[in-house]
Amino acid sequence: MSINPRSNPIDRTALSVAFTVGLYGAAFGAAGVTAGFSIIQTCLLSLLLFSGASQFAVVGIMGAGGGAISAIATATLLGFRNALYGLQMAPILKVKGIKRILAAQITIDESTAVATLQENDADRKRGFYITGIGVYVFWNLFTFLGALGASAIGDPSVWGLDAAVPAAFCGLIWPRLKNKTQFIVSAAAISWALILTPLTPAGVPIITTVILAIIFGWKK
Amino acid sequence: MSQIWIAVIGASVTAFLNKYFGHSVPEKWLDKPRFKRINTLVPIVLLSALVGVQTFANKKELVIDQRLAGVGVALIALKFKAPFPVVVVSAAITSAAIYNWF
Repeated sequence: MSINPRSNPIDRTALSVAFTVGLYGAAFGAAGVTAGFSIIQTCLLSLLLFSGASQFAVVGIMGAGGGAISAIATATLLGFRNALYGLQMAPILKVKGIKRILAAQITIDESTAVATLQENDADRKRGFYITGIGVYVFWNLFTFLGALGASAIGDPSVWGLDAAVPAAFCGLIWPRLKNKTQFIVSAAAISWALILTPLTPAGVPIITTVILAIIFGWKK
Repeated sequence: MSQIWIAVIGASVTAFLNKYFGHSVPEKWLDKPRFKRINTLVPIVLLSALVGVQTFANKKELVIDQRLAGVGVALIALKFKAPFPVVVVSAAITSAAIYNWF
């Protein structure tokens, strides 16, 4: 497979998503080191866990003095959406053995989002792999650089990185909102999460919105 | 083993199990139209919730700060069909400008 971002719009989307999301890895690297993780521990999270929201949850909770169990539980809840993405991607990718292990590792928000935007299975596959591998490479590279330069980047707000993440998520939701119901579901999920934020442990306001998806998706 | 090491390894293992589980359950799970409808909505609700929390939450408190301005600019950029990097960078610049100058 040759990648050609000049002539192929899928490659272009995939690589621009991969690069911008990857850049945010620098903020994660900095966040990890600031939270008391070593550079190796921070980089291992990006290499092995490889799911942004879960990684931030782990360093956030440990940095705030939380225990390993609550960090693992929260990260697992946040990562459950990757299982649902896998369910969505498996019939398209049709891979087994070691290839399935590799495909599973790069099954994240961005790779699935770029795949689902495509019109046919060949394009979905292409979008999934280029985005997934691209994010993996850039995310890990910038995690390492961010961890190294942690003292320089320090406060992510100075660089506007605190707004860049939700903005990136907006960019991923936007193409999914095709009708009025989906807009309503999106607004309901935001409200639900904000109401629960002061009341429940971190992660719960997000994972429990799955209930809204079930309620709204139950009837046609 | 320190708590941090336990968290790093434990969360990495469950993250992979989550991902691999999704790829391994039977394909017929997806054949049900109800499941398909729910599955289409799942990323919408989770990503929307993440946007809400990452825009307004400061630990367990809800606050209005520079991030809201950044996300607002991102939404305007999306409305005008701006490409993904423009959306993210314009949000970052807006948020950073407000944070650093006010």
